[in-house]
This record gives sequence, structure tokens and C-alpha cells, in this order.
Amino acid sequence: MTLRKPPLRDVHDAAGATFTEFGGWDMPVEFDSIKAEHRAVREEAGIFDVSHMGQIEVSGPDAERLMQRLTSNDVTELGRGDSHYSMILDEEGTILDDTVVYRLPEDDDAEFLFVPNAGHDEQMHRRWTDRRDEWDLDATVENVTDEYAMYAVQGPEAPDLVTGATGDSLSDLSKFEGKYAEFAGADCWTARTGYTGEDGFELILPAGSAEAVWDLFDCQPCGLGARDTLRMEMGFLLSGQDFDAEDDPRNPYEAGVGWTVNLDTEFVGRDALEQAKEEGTDEKFVGIKLVDRGVPRHGYDVTDTDDHVIGEVTSGTMSPTLGEPIALGYVPTDYADPGTVVRVVVRGQSKKAKIANVPFLSD
Amino acid sequence: MSFEVPDDRKYLESHEWVDDEQDTARIGISDFAQDELGDVVFVELPDEGDELAAGDEFGVVESIKAVSDLYSPVSGTVTAVNDALADQPELVNEDPFGDGWMLEVELADDGELDDLLSADEYRDQIE
Repeated sequence: MTLRKPPLRDVHDAAGATFTEFGGWDMPVEFDSIKAEHRAVREEAGIFDVSHMGQIEVSGPDAERLMQRLTSNDVTELGRGDSHYSMILDEEGTILDDTVVYRLPEDDDAEFLFVPNAGHDEQMHRRWTDRRDEWDLDATVENVTDEYAMYAVQGPEAPDLVTGATGDSLSDLSKFEGKYAEFAGADCWTARTGYTGEDGFELILPAGSAEAVWDLFDCQPCGLGARDTLRMEMGFLLSGQDFDAEDDPRNPYEAGVGWTVNLDTEFVGRDALEQAKEEGTDEKFVGIKLVDRGVPRHGYDVTDTDDHVIGEVTSGTMSPTLGEPIALGYVPTDYADPGTVVRVVVRGQSKKAKIANVPFLSD
Repeated sequence: MSFEVPDDRKYLESHEWVDDEQDTARIGISDFAQDELGDVVFVELPDEGDELAAGDEFGVVESIKAVSDLYSPVSGTVTAVNDALADQPELVNEDPFGDGWMLEVELADDGELDDLLSADEYRDQIE
């Protein structure tokens, strides 16, 4: 299969980046060093090319009804320029994808823009159009992923950097709020969102302006490696790893994102989730810290102190900020309290670990 | 990008080096290997007194993004391990041929060194 390429793939290559396949895309994983990039975002600022994220626009008289029925959060609460984090579910309440939903300004061609994960854009576009037809709704759904690049500028210095790059003050945007701003002559959707736990902005921009906009930012370029360690320190989910509809089906309550579910609205999966909420979940998504030396990785077994397998690490790393081995994964609810002693099997060796509060980094 | 390949070492195709200039042979991984791995965050090494055969796995080096087995270029008895790597695994990145060394081995058979790659041969492999 031919990998999809972000508009700046060759520019990143010339800058010395290494690449990895992610969701069918050929993406930069590291520019300098994951630790250096991670530290830049925590202490100063970094820019990520996240053009592998999907973009789908929804417009027309029934756009709101379609969005409401296909996402778990309440889109009627979104004012113009607002956004929120939401889940896309099947009838059983299993997470198919997590996404940010933006309600666009009045003068925009589209009413909503949502951002599926890498490689999910075609599947989600099909889901939206199939359901629209099934429910006989008057809405237009466009997969515009290939028309846009997407960058995330993240870190304590991000507000100054972004404001300096556009000349338009964006510091007054509140969290999850966005507006159009001009960067290098291009009209870019700019929102105070991101996935690193730091203050920052995400820019969705015309692919033809990708290089001109990238060049405006004099800060550390960062790859998906640092993005992964940053989001793990915050306990944020990674699609395909911390949940996977095929291999590791999870509902939002198990995955710790029950706060994105509004049971007062009607959406696909609602009834199953109401039942799940009433009954409680057998397993919970938790943070784990290794007490013994070692590095936890995706797929490693979590056991009780008698070496019975009780769960699995879904994401793990050596935290660059803490200098400690951290992991995320699912364990039975009885084991989910912070401080509970468990063990993680690291390449055949059982290592002492403890359930930990997430985010691993607190303010 | 060019990598440091000191002429006074012998190399394995799997990127370990051995320096037999001292009484015991010192072993580590190459500049090329540390660059490929990225930020090294953990190194697992054998205990002093362990016996190794040439080609044996003697430990593991882990970076943020990858796990790699380490292979012994020679047979012998482990006489020292670099304890500094427990707290400063980044020494492997910073100084792979110096402070980032991993273990020392009393050679069982000097002749095994002839089976290893010379610096020139190793350069050809990584170029």
C-alpha cells in the first residue's frame, strides 16, 4: 500500500527527520531527539506536523442533527467557534474513534468540522454519509483531509509564537475556542487545542500554504515520538493502541472518558452506554508506575502479586519529564485504586509496579 | 551523516564493538547504533562472573522508541559492568566508545577476535 504523505514530507526529510508509518501516513517521528523535543514543548514551545489527522466538514440544515446522533457529546452546547472532545461509537457503545468537533463561524461554508484520527477519515466519511442517507437528513459531508495541512504549536511560549506569526492576537481565545486568522497570507482555522497537556494551538490550513506557514515558526520541530511521550504523561488515549474497536473494544466509561458522554442526547450507542453506566465497568483505564527498573511497553502483561495476569499495558514509556517508567492500561476495577501494587512482565521478568494517578504530571 | 568508527576496535554486524587493548576486552555499541536507537533510557547488563559465549545475548538496550538485544562479540567471563549506565543510560548516546561502555570480559579465546569486522569492514556495512 502506498503511504499517504503530508504536504511537507520532503521538507522534513531535508531537515533530517526520521519517519514512521502511522495510520497509513508517512510521518516524521523524530527531528533531533525525542527527549529534546519533549523538553522543548514542556519548557518552551514546539511545532508538530499533524497533517495525518483527518478533516471532515458537515454543512446543511440537518448538520447539527447528524453530528448530534453520531457523536457522544452534546453539540448543541457549542457556540460559533467553540469545540469539544467527543467519542464516535457503535451501537454497543464501543469507541470507534475519538475526535474534536468544531462549530465553525457563521460565514463559513460548513457548519461543523471534526477531526478523526489518522487513517479513519474515509471510514468516518462513509459512516456519516451512510447514516445521513439512512435517516434521510439534509446535510453535506465532505472529506477534506487532503486539502489541508494541520500543525500543533504547543508549549508555554506557544501563545506568543502564534500571535507573533499572525500579527492577530490569539491569546484571548479560551481553551477549545477557535477562529480564522491569517498566517503567511493564508486563512487558517486556529483553535486553542492540542494533545500534549500544554497550552497551545492547532492550525488547519490550506495544503498549498503548508511550507510558508511552517516557516513562520522559529521553534523546535517535533515528531510523533515526542507527541507520544507527551500525551502518555497526561494519560491521553491513543487510537489503535489504548482502544481499538477490533482488537481491544472499549466503551468511554472503561477508557476514562465518560465525561465526553451526554446521555441526555440521542446518539448511536447511547442505550448501551446507559446500561454500562448503571452496571459499572469491570475494568478501568489506569496509570501505572514501575517501581523496579525497566521500561513498560504496549502489550506487556499486568499481573497481580501472585503473578496472575489481570490486564495489559496499552501504552508505556520512560517519562522524559519524570525520568520514571510509566504506563497506561486496563485492569479490573478492584485493582484500579492509586497505590495498588501490581506487577508488569517486562520481557519475561516480573517487575513491581503501582497504580498511579493520571495525569502523571500535575500542575 | 558520518559516524565515528575508531580503528582500534573490532565490530560485530549487530553493531557491538570490542576493544582488546587492555588486559580485559571492553564491549559497547557503536556510534551508528546509538544514533539509530535514539535516546537511550535503560540498559540491562549481566552480572560480574557471568560466562558469555560469542554471539550470546548479554543484555538489552532500550531507547524511548525501541528495544534492542545486545550480543557478545567474544567468549569469556564478565569481569566488570559499567554501573554508571544504571543512572545515566544517556552516556551510551553521549560517548558510545568511551564513558558509554557496557562491560569487560576476560577473553576465553583470543582467536575469536579474528572473526570480527575491522573498522574498515564495519564502515562499509553502515555506509
